[in-house]
Amino acid sequence: MTTSVKSGEAPVRSEHDIVLARQQVRRLAQELKFSLVDQTKMVTAASELARNALVYGRGGTMHWTVLEADGRKGLRLKFADEGPGIANMDLAMTDGWTSGNGLGMGLTGTKRLVNEFEIDSAIGAGTRVTITRWK
Amino acid sequence: MEKIPILRMGEFLLVTIQIDMHDQLALKLQDDLSAAISKNASKGVLIDISSLEMVDSFIGRMVADISGMGRILGAETVLVGMQPAVAITLVELGLSLPGIATALNVERGMALLRRKMDADGADDDQR
Repeated sequence: MTTSVKSGEAPVRSEHDIVLARQQVRRLAQELKFSLVDQTKMVTAASELARNALVYGRGGTMHWTVLEADGRKGLRLKFADEGPGIANMDLAMTDGWTSGNGLGMGLTGTKRLVNEFEIDSAIGAGTRVTITRWK
Repeated sequence: MEKIPILRMGEFLLVTIQIDMHDQLALKLQDDLSAAISKNASKGVLIDISSLEMVDSFIGRMVADISGMGRILGAETVLVGMQPAVAITLVELGLSLPGIATALNVERGMALLRRKMDADGADDDQR
């Protein structure tokens, strides 16, 4: 059974918010005593998704939850925006593809940095990306 | 206005990134560096990222762009001091920074730049 130990949220409305989101995730990962590599992966994943929410989703919110399941602790982040949504999910999840001027590593690359990755989006209904990393 | 200082050391430029950069600051550094390379006719750029605890695709692209612009302006770029956790994360993210010279620290980076310049000089002699 997965239970929520604590949770919170932070706005992703400006570039400065991306920096603050990274710092918040770093603090949480440190509290959970993640290894340095795991901290770095989670912080980097958060940075990619926060930027996506800002650039492609016109801003949104990062929801964070510290989880516990069968004695293991984890950190879950959900980035939700009210942007245009993703028209072609298969394409968006292809390495090297970008609709903007990015490197096209955002979503697929982020998926490789975490243990669990979920994306939910529809045209006109925004995008929600949820990632989880377990200690 | 925040700014990342660019130090001139003879024919080289040294940039030490010590803060968690927001995107505009990274773009400004890119502009400032290309202007500095051009103004000083620099032959090499050392970017020290030993204080950076994270490099995401945006910063990775900035480094790649600086390296590409520098080459066109006649300067080689060497990225130095990347923390191991950052390197592991970058590669898993899918960014292996192809074509960008790297070194473990500033000292080795400087030596690498000198070797590159000597090699270029040797090529010139042969022509």
